[in-house]
Amino acid sequence: MDRENLEKSVITLEPKAHSRGKADRAAVEVPAENLQNLMRQLSQNDRFSFDMLLDHTAIDRIGEGKFELVYNLYSTEHAHYLMVSCLIDRGKPIVPTVSSIWPIAHWQEREVFDLFGVLYDGHTDLRRIFLDDDWKGYPLRKDYSDPDMLEFEK
Amino acid sequence: MTAAIKTLDELLTSPTETNRSLSTEEYFLNMGPQHPIAHGSLKLVLLMDGETVRKVIPVPGFVHRGIEKMCEHLGYRQIIHLTDRMDYLSALMNNWAVSKTVEKAAGIETNGRIETIRTIMAELQRLQSHVLWWGVLGMDLGAFTAFMYAFRDREIIGEIFEETIGARLTMNYIQPGGLMYDILPDFVSKVKKLIAYLKPIIEEYDTLLSGNVITQERLRNIGILKAEKAIGLGCTGPVLRGSGIPYDLRKLEPYGAYDKVDFDVVIGTKGDCWDRYYVRIEEMRQSLKIIEQLIDNIPEGPHSVAKINYKIVLPEGTYYGQIETARGVLGVFIVSDGKNETPYRMHFRSPSFNNLWTVTQIVPGWRIADLIAIQSSLDLVIPDIDR
Repeated sequence: MDRENLEKSVITLEPKAHSRGKADRAAVEVPAENLQNLMRQLSQNDRFSFDMLLDHTAIDRIGEGKFELVYNLYSTEHAHYLMVSCLIDRGKPIVPTVSSIWPIAHWQEREVFDLFGVLYDGHTDLRRIFLDDDWKGYPLRKDYSDPDMLEFEK
Repeated sequence: MTAAIKTLDELLTSPTETNRSLSTEEYFLNMGPQHPIAHGSLKLVLLMDGETVRKVIPVPGFVHRGIEKMCEHLGYRQIIHLTDRMDYLSALMNNWAVSKTVEKAAGIETNGRIETIRTIMAELQRLQSHVLWWGVLGMDLGAFTAFMYAFRDREIIGEIFEETIGARLTMNYIQPGGLMYDILPDFVSKVKKLIAYLKPIIEEYDTLLSGNVITQERLRNIGILKAEKAIGLGCTGPVLRGSGIPYDLRKLEPYGAYDKVDFDVVIGTKGDCWDRYYVRIEEMRQSLKIIEQLIDNIPEGPHSVAKINYKIVLPEGTYYGQIETARGVLGVFIVSDGKNETPYRMHFRSPSFNNLWTVTQIVPGWRIADLIAIQSSLDLVIPDIDR
């Protein structure tokens, strides 16, 4: 499916989703409460069969007080890509996990938790992945500061 | 919605559920962070029952340098110089992944010469990486000869890199808008000599290790990774192809000069260590084939289409580009705010990070010696996991 068709069919699948725009591929935005339902359908529906979660990461939209969670999906059957994004409140960063759909999400979500402090509801092993368990703060947040951090001159 | 945060200590001190009356007492074994088979600093916490592995808990992060955070303060041409420190055995392909994404986003058109040289360099790098992997796999299984052979031949490829680029390991050569320097006049003849030398060498590798009965016993039917599971675990590269999925970006979404050359995507049938081993052996032959077709046909033209001191400001939006490195798909995710020369957010989807977690799924039930073979067949580069 080409970009427009793919976006349209995803939106018919989940009416709460809408086109994200400002991306170089088909991209939809979905509210956090509908995320798991949409993802399950995307992986199981034969028209999409997104069987691979290529990448999951987050963007700190500090100006808007939001975290944007980004999921890059790929289908080995149809060879198409889709970006699913989900905006959540920066003060209460919690979303449902998708690790029950794609096992690799288990560890990709742990990375996002480690570096952004996003919590995943239903994750069975939410631990820091790179940093020590007693590390304070989440380094990839835009307001993170560390006494040992080198400040770049602008 | 609620979520409980755990720690490694809790995981290791919580009582395990097993109570098999005839089994031995289970215990935890720390393998690493300094262990010869990790080829870097990776800790694996193993729950052992005698010599059988029951559970694997990988603990990465010993070489975490915060490359993604650093990228937020650097321009795109500076970022190139961090990428070769991730997967140091695919340094040039890492350069290329960032360049390709930035070029596509900024609308920079390169010429045939640039793309051909990039492809030749990437394939030389893939060869070098696979040659090293072959030697190291031999060493992990106890065949030290393989290691010496591999280092001898890796050096010869390294000399070509050194002459052209000036570095042997952490190479920076491909940048947005072209190459940093042009190739030297005798580059073509040297690469041709290298191909003539390596062709019988690859066959020698095959006869030296592949036919060996110990290698066969250690690799065949060990650590079987089914295709469906491999996809769900986000595996790419030779690991996924070993499981029988012909997923190779060079063929599916050709970039560089890959659409001009004839080569095969090598796949396995079973997904055991042997398939992953032989996919890489065969890929070495395919790499030689690709270089052979391109080396006589390097088009004329400038080696860079960009001015020396140019600024790159990408339009607002998100960009995702990917490339097939020696280990799998390296994805580069860039978020630009449209105002600054630096990315607002940069993320690398590294192949080793996604391939690593297969050990938690395929190792349990095998002996500790099989874990060595399985990890060796996954060909992990630790700085690529930690970034």
